[in-house]
Amino acid sequence: MADKVVDARGSYCPGPLMELIKTIRKADMGTTIEVLSSDSGSARDIPEWAKKTGQELVYNEKAQDGEYWKIAVKKVK
Amino acid sequence: MAKNIVIVGGGSGGTIVANHLAGELKQQISRGDTKVTLVTDTPNHVYQPSFLYITINQVRLEDYTRSEKSLLKPGVELLIDPAVKIDTAGHTVATAGGKTLPYDILVIATGSYLDPTTIPGLAEAADVFYTAEGAEKLRDKIVNFAGGTILMTVDVPHKCPAAPLELIFILDDFYRHMGIRDKVNLIYTYPIGRLHSLEPVANFAAPEFEKRGINSETFFNVESVDPQKKVVTSLEGSEVPFDVLISIPAHRGAHVVHDSGLGDEDGFIPTNRYTLKADGYDDIYVIGDATALPISKAGSTAHYQADVVTANIISQINGLPPSRFYDGKVACFVEMGLDKATFISFDYNNPPVPLPVSEMIHWFKLSFNEIYWLSQRGLL
Repeated sequence: MADKVVDARGSYCPGPLMELIKTIRKADMGTTIEVLSSDSGSARDIPEWAKKTGQELVYNEKAQDGEYWKIAVKKVK
Repeated sequence: MAKNIVIVGGGSGGTIVANHLAGELKQQISRGDTKVTLVTDTPNHVYQPSFLYITINQVRLEDYTRSEKSLLKPGVELLIDPAVKIDTAGHTVATAGGKTLPYDILVIATGSYLDPTTIPGLAEAADVFYTAEGAEKLRDKIVNFAGGTILMTVDVPHKCPAAPLELIFILDDFYRHMGIRDKVNLIYTYPIGRLHSLEPVANFAAPEFEKRGINSETFFNVESVDPQKKVVTSLEGSEVPFDVLISIPAHRGAHVVHDSGLGDEDGFIPTNRYTLKADGYDDIYVIGDATALPISKAGSTAHYQADVVTANIISQINGLPPSRFYDGKVACFVEMGLDKATFISFDYNNPPVPLPVSEMIHWFKLSFNEIYWLSQRGLL
């Protein structure tokens, strides 16, 4: 279960990953942030950034109605 | 009793709403049934996209500055006095000058400000071109630069997401014309894994960087700056030295928003993405940079939103629910150098597709720089 939800659906610029970076910078250690994104690129970008920065990818899945993605990252460093 | 509509903020969004309302409600205003008041903290209105051209000494700040009063239609009452507190329970706005303005409908168009204090060393070491003073100070460095490394860093959130890319292309052209491009190392960094948040723009920029010899590093989020050693360290663990550091610092919502307990942790106001009403309030609309919507903070955004907010306020005055919806539309010209540009527009449902780069679009952008004042007066 996420501690925070960032609803970035419909966001192309600055985009869901930027919204996540903004939120994670401010979050407490151990916080899980779920990003909702209608941009399929997020399912690739967000895990790549998490890996690069050493944050933990909790899940990366398509919502049940298939219209958007739910990607959760836990702040671990 | 007269309906009081108060607009806080005299940037693009606030000015257009005020002028649209003055036009649409002309008769009610002259009868004294409605009062439209715009409260702002500065007598001057500056066209912010001019900062890009000021930085390379192509235009002067005074050419892109007008008095706010000269932009407003008759019927708008202008109060130059910073708003310091919004009392949502008492439906009033308090100003630094000690005035208390009652409102029936409030429009918050207070924009954003740059906050370099979020990163150690940044305020001391970096130049900015997102403010008038910053652009003029940076201009003096840029035009007198004899060679070395110019590093650009971008923090989130920030407005005008095309501007960092535009400036790097313009600097490339500028130093070619100055005949010293071989002595200038341009390094552009970006927080995510490509050169721009919009994938088509990033794809488009990458071969241009290659062709022009502009260096770049992606996945670059500034963690700290050492002003003495002139080195930037990123969250991702890289260190880059510089001679001139051009930074786009993280932006924050206005102090009045924060001090009134209205915004999120960054001072941006949670807002309904379609009606543009502040979440939880029936009598407050929010436009432009002040919203917490995950869309571009840009003049065009504020302009399109101003049309929606005006229509919804008029509906509300007439006893109808707000039924004009913002579709997330944003439009941007993107300069690709000194003489060519592209154009993108997109909304909540339609991703951007850049137009082919052309000299024509560059001239169109230069034309818009002049006709901006008409858009502020509600004529476009």
